[in-house]
Amino acid sequence: MAKKTILTYPNKDLKLTSAEVKSFDNDLLAFIQDLEDTMADGPGAVGIAAPQVGHAIRAVIVDVSNRKKIKHHGHLVLINPQITQWDGLATGREGCLSVPDYTGNVVRAKNITLEALDQFGEKHQYEMEGYEARVAQHEIDHLDGLLFLDRLVSRHHDLFERKVYKK
Amino acid sequence: MLTLVGNDQPGIVAKITNGLLNANCNLGEASMMRLGGNFTVMLMINSEHPSEDIRKAMQSTCDDMSLTLHIDQIRGRLHQHHIPDVRVVVSGSDRAGIVAQVSQLLFDAGMDILDLNSDVAGTNEAPIYIMQIEGLATQGIDSIEKAIDSLPKNIDVSVHPIETFVG
Repeated sequence: MAKKTILTYPNKDLKLTSAEVKSFDNDLLAFIQDLEDTMADGPGAVGIAAPQVGHAIRAVIVDVSNRKKIKHHGHLVLINPQITQWDGLATGREGCLSVPDYTGNVVRAKNITLEALDQFGEKHQYEMEGYEARVAQHEIDHLDGLLFLDRLVSRHHDLFERKVYKK
Repeated sequence: MLTLVGNDQPGIVAKITNGLLNANCNLGEASMMRLGGNFTVMLMINSEHPSEDIRKAMQSTCDDMSLTLHIDQIRGRLHQHHIPDVRVVVSGSDRAGIVAQVSQLLFDAGMDILDLNSDVAGTNEAPIYIMQIEGLATQGIDSIEKAIDSLPKNIDVSVHPIETFVG
């Protein structure tokens, strides 16, 4: 058990583009465990990305299994994740461990197809929808140096310009 | 709490905030918006000076732009955010009493309003009323959904859960 320190905005390391993971070794497993412990220590966090603890590699954890009545894939370790398909748009409210005491509205794709490796290097494909898809997009944004602050839309109006969601 | 209102015109925010900076005030959370041709400001400021001194320092700026300024001592602090868990959207032909009727129902159903925005749109002959309310459903969303069933059919009301995640 090793909880790591979470970097908070405006720490410039949150803006880095993370590097692809190439070695699936014990160091990676140990790091993922630390990331897990850090997320579990947060206030009800359902996801975390490696750069949030200052390690700029393409690794995230998504776990929305504590939410009732939604479709999800349970606890997921996503290494080198890639969103290969997007469909639909929805506005939702997001917060971030790296931006304490603030939540804001963000537009995300409703449904995504995601390809990723797990922590052992095995390839998986996931069809995600709704809440889980939103969390995955938020975490993957971290790997490209993007925070939800970069995607805020009006707090006061549901209507927004239609834009195609791109990474 | 600084309250300011006047005919909308370019430069209000820049002139007021520079005036406050020169009067050694720190600005906190704010709500500024145009309402029916007026520009309105509600702004938390922090200062070691008595409010009368701030008012005097701002007087000429306000006079130049015909703005009405009011300052109240408050106990406000930063980091007092509540995260809303429900949004209620109301629309219909504009008529007297919609807000009173809806807000009483919502209050009775346990909704604590955090944010309310409303607009009158449509045409002069057939004005329509649109209101978006965000708040806390202290007795659950079911209670709110049940309460709005009793509203007349010429008012459209929809209740949307807001699921905020931290990631």
